[in-house]
Amino acid sequence: MLSLFILLPFFCLIAVNLPVKGARRLAFWLTASLFVLQILAVLLHPSVFWGMKEDLFANFFAINFSVNNLSLVIFLTIGIVGLVSLIIGKYTLANRPDRFHFTNLLLTALIGMNALALLTDLFSMYVFIEVTALSSFILIAVQREKTALEGAFKYLIISTIASALMLSSVALILLVSGSTSFDVVSAALKASSGSVFVKLAVALFLCGPFIKSGLVPFHGWLPDAYSAAPSAVSVLLAGIITKVSGVYVLMKLVMSVFGFTPVIRDILMFAGALSIVFGALAAIGQKDFKRMLAYSSISQVGYIIIGLGCGTKLAIAGAALHFFNHAVFKSLLFTNAAVMEQKLGTVDMDKMGGLTSRMPFTGMTSLIAFLSTAGIPPLSGFWSKLLIVVALWTSGMHGYAAIALLASVLTLAYFLSMQRRVFFGKLRPGLEAVQEAGTGLVITQVALALVILGVGLGFPFMLKTLAPLKNILW
Amino acid sequence: MMIDLILLICLVLAAFWAVVAARMLKAVVGLALTSVIVSILMFRMNSPLAAVFELSVCAGLIPVIFITTISFTKRLSWEAYLERKKEIFSRFWYLPVILVITVVLLSRYKIAADFILPQAPAVTDVRHVLWNLRQSDLFGQIIILLIGAFGVVTLFKVKQPKDKPK
Repeated sequence: MLSLFILLPFFCLIAVNLPVKGARRLAFWLTASLFVLQILAVLLHPSVFWGMKEDLFANFFAINFSVNNLSLVIFLTIGIVGLVSLIIGKYTLANRPDRFHFTNLLLTALIGMNALALLTDLFSMYVFIEVTALSSFILIAVQREKTALEGAFKYLIISTIASALMLSSVALILLVSGSTSFDVVSAALKASSGSVFVKLAVALFLCGPFIKSGLVPFHGWLPDAYSAAPSAVSVLLAGIITKVSGVYVLMKLVMSVFGFTPVIRDILMFAGALSIVFGALAAIGQKDFKRMLAYSSISQVGYIIIGLGCGTKLAIAGAALHFFNHAVFKSLLFTNAAVMEQKLGTVDMDKMGGLTSRMPFTGMTSLIAFLSTAGIPPLSGFWSKLLIVVALWTSGMHGYAAIALLASVLTLAYFLSMQRRVFFGKLRPGLEAVQEAGTGLVITQVALALVILGVGLGFPFMLKTLAPLKNILW
Repeated sequence: MMIDLILLICLVLAAFWAVVAARMLKAVVGLALTSVIVSILMFRMNSPLAAVFELSVCAGLIPVIFITTISFTKRLSWEAYLERKKEIFSRFWYLPVILVITVVLLSRYKIAADFILPQAPAVTDVRHVLWNLRQSDLFGQIIILLIGAFGVVTLFKVKQPKDKPK
């Protein structure tokens, strides 16, 4: 039944593009139902679905799919962020054709991301990383504005470099192992661990996800792409696309293929720490709301990478949880940005002030999201950061633990500055006519804020009950 | 071995020409030439099917699409062409330097396969590999083609305003 994660979006894509009257109108609801189904499949975890081996689709793809607890976290995150992005697109993309194109590309991106969560073959992963990346280039430029086209072009160039490096690595690995399947490659790399070819292949492949995740020093494309894209696409990029095609691919490869060698650990720890500090420092100086969120994403992805680099079970559990948490609170913050862009026509923080009085829901939910980003208890971000810091400390990496802690203070600083400039204080003259977002966007913001609060308050309970979380501490 | 070496040097030169050519048409010729040389190398390495694909798609179809697109553009004036040449030189002057340094460095170190060679694949029939073993990749290719079609519609299709009734 696992192939349904790929086949259902494909059938949905075909259905909404049929030359039948009314097919286009169904696009939103069909896609929304797909995301809801995906969320329910993970949360309710019906054994009928996950346990079935022999069925109509079992042998559709001749490749073995596999799921573990990390894949479940990824499916859940894709479901939530995809649904949020779809709803924002419905309310913020002005033209009906743009909305339809957006839905189509969202479905192709969904196929790519779901496949990445299931595959255990290096070359197939490369193909579906390309599927996801190609969808994102067009999604960024979906409204054909000049800045968006520029952002998409930058992303295209940098992403192509990443793809070329990964493809070269796959070729070298094929030379060494004779196959691209995870099991065979892993065994071959272990057998020839001292080989220069193997080291080169691993280094080349690692560069790909580093670029795709926007880790420092490969982050140049990320702020432009996030800030130039329509808000619905920014949610998707920050929440899930860069994470699945970059961070998750990195996690999967390090855990299942390359292994935690001392060199890989050092590289991950250093890149993670550098991203945490650089992203937080760069976010402080921004006046564009979405650009600030983009730099904040670089910093938060750094936490996931440092957790992965630490390599202990606790650290990886923390990294996986922060993957989910970051997707949720960053989606909420980008939804706030979408509301402000729609109601004020700008995301320049210098042109805002005292907006809580006019937009109480947006103000309150943004406060919850930023407190969670900074790791303030008892919100969801606190738990994941706590797990990462404790894991670093208990592994003897006190310096990195200190960096992770201190960077949280920096996070608090730039978000407090944002709150003061945008939401707190007296209403800025000229903004008296500004109104709260429509019902659809308010419900989305409140729902995401409730997820942050719920995961934070019920974290110990969820570890025992929810399928994706209960065995995460392996 | 000597022929392969000559072909590889020609390959690098053709690729270099594709990057630094001031006129787009010349760049496309450089690209097509690169693909032709890659095809010859593939033939020599006993991979005729890959060579045929490379020759027909990368050296044939893609340059045709590029040339069709270029035919819709305006030719650069002589002054603009000289200006562009200068700009390209200032931007890419270091490429030949890097190339020479790489060749010198590689010639100093003898690169040998320092890994355990894998067993030869059990299945060598390309049709079997493509249709029976790599179905997920073929499916991915179909999705990429669909994305390309959506991309063209999304980015290039401009809705014409309807004629007002007289």
